Amino acid sequence: MAKYLMLKHYRGPKGAVHDVPMDRWTPEEVDAHVRFMDDLADDLRASGEFVDAQALSPGGMWVRFDGEGKPPVVDGPFAETKDLIAGWMAIDVESEERALEVASVLSSAPGAGGIPIGEWLELRPFLDDRPNAVE
Amino acid sequence: MSALDPSLVRELAPQVIGVLVRRGADFASAEDAVQEALLAAHEQWADEPPRDPRAWLVTVAWRRHVDLVRSDASRRAREERVEREPAPGPAATSEDTLWLYFLCAHPSLSPSAATALTLRALGGLSTRQIAEAHLVPEATMAQRISRAKRTVADVPLEVPGDLSTVLRVLYLVFSEGYAGEVDLAAEAIRLARWLVALTDEPEVRGLLALFLLHHSRRPARRDADGRLVPLPEQDRSRWDREMAAEGIDLLQGALARDRLGEYQAQAAVAALHADALRAEETDWVQVVEWYDELVVLTGSPVHRLNRAVAVGEADGGAAGLRALRELDPALPRYAAVAAHLHERAGDLADAARLYAEAAAAATRTDERDHLTRQAARLAPHRRDP
Repeated sequence: MAKYLMLKHYRGPKGAVHDVPMDRWTPEEVDAHVRFMDDLADDLRASGEFVDAQALSPGGMWVRFDGEGKPPVVDGPFAETKDLIAGWMAIDVESEERALEVASVLSSAPGAGGIPIGEWLELRPFLDDRPNAVE
Repeated sequence: MSALDPSLVRELAPQVIGVLVRRGADFASAEDAVQEALLAAHEQWADEPPRDPRAWLVTVAWRRHVDLVRSDASRRAREERVEREPAPGPAATSEDTLWLYFLCAHPSLSPSAATALTLRALGGLSTRQIAEAHLVPEATMAQRISRAKRTVADVPLEVPGDLSTVLRVLYLVFSEGYAGEVDLAAEAIRLARWLVALTDEPEVRGLLALFLLHHSRRPARRDADGRLVPLPEQDRSRWDREMAAEGIDLLQGALARDRLGEYQAQAAVAALHADALRAEETDWVQVVEWYDELVVLTGSPVHRLNRAVAVGEADGGAAGLRALRELDPALPRYAAVAAHLHERAGDLADAARLYAEAAAAATRTDERDHLTRQAARLAPHRRDP
């Protein structure tokens, strides 16, 4: 088994096939989109592949260390050009092939007009953090 | 021993499930009935421990199962079958337990389903423990296990299973790593010991030998700061000599039967490492010979890759690199092996670059950290274009 993170973006460098900002959708289209995501998570629970799902607020800021005893430097809100992560879903699957299959389903979530958005998702393998028994 | 010693329970539960299933219970209800029998045991044994705990559990679990079936009107057909069953006879036979091994490793199951079911039905672990060991939510693991049960629900009892599928599943459990309160490697050893007692197959002994030899090195596999220590640099005084000796004994007994298989051959490599009191005493020529056997037995590129490492130790880095040239660079750990061989051949610039590449391709945190340190050590020699 291998764990993968599927990262969703509010906006990213690669756009989407059917790219209408969510705030221009009808309420029903928003509902349909949210329901699709919930259903997918339920399907993955039922198949024993679900690990985690989390949405992120688009608000936020850059923070960095600025020397001992000094307050952190803050830069925000984010510029319009920043690649902005919307959230993630983590899965535990048998193969990379299966991870691609699930990611493709997630990318087909409906947007404006009920048409699959076809957004680009980032698919990232987890590093296994457990000590290995063989060596 | 207390009346309900947990280790006794974990040993008996799968045997009792095996008996019930062989008598016609389906797997899921057999498990439920055994869980209920264990609860009853918990209440009654403290006052009055039975002479034969297994027979007691079989009797009580079978009664529970019959009650459950009778109360379920939708299962008429099964009820008739149950009525025809003989009264509970003697307790579990080794055949019952062995059959459960085959069922849990059935070819219709995906590897993850087979390992989960094996840990649940044979290991007697709770779903929570199995979920923790795999770092997934408990609900996810519960689904994985119940789907696995449904998959094998209709597997007929008469078919003798394929032992090699069982060994593969146990090897997967062993190599899964460890997290949470359950040590999957120790669990795999327990299940392999049991299988050795149930079968007369050299490969089963080879697998247990391999487990014990690998496990004997665990105390030396990490340093005080939790960093990974590669085999050649391990402090061999920290190896568990007793465990390694048991593994070597088992292996010799298996090899004497002259039915070589891949687990015996892998254990033979591990035994050659155990024989060397210092890394430089390792008989690399013999290690190469065993990898030659493994390549013939399995054709696996993983063994070819390990063979290249052994050739590098036996005949020098350049020879190892020649052995590596025949392999696909896309193999997992290829860059790590190439880096090591380039370093042995004295080509530090390429080694530094390849260690960095290998770190980026690692699949485990501890391996990545180790390879990053190797790259850092050779960084002064790097000549990037």
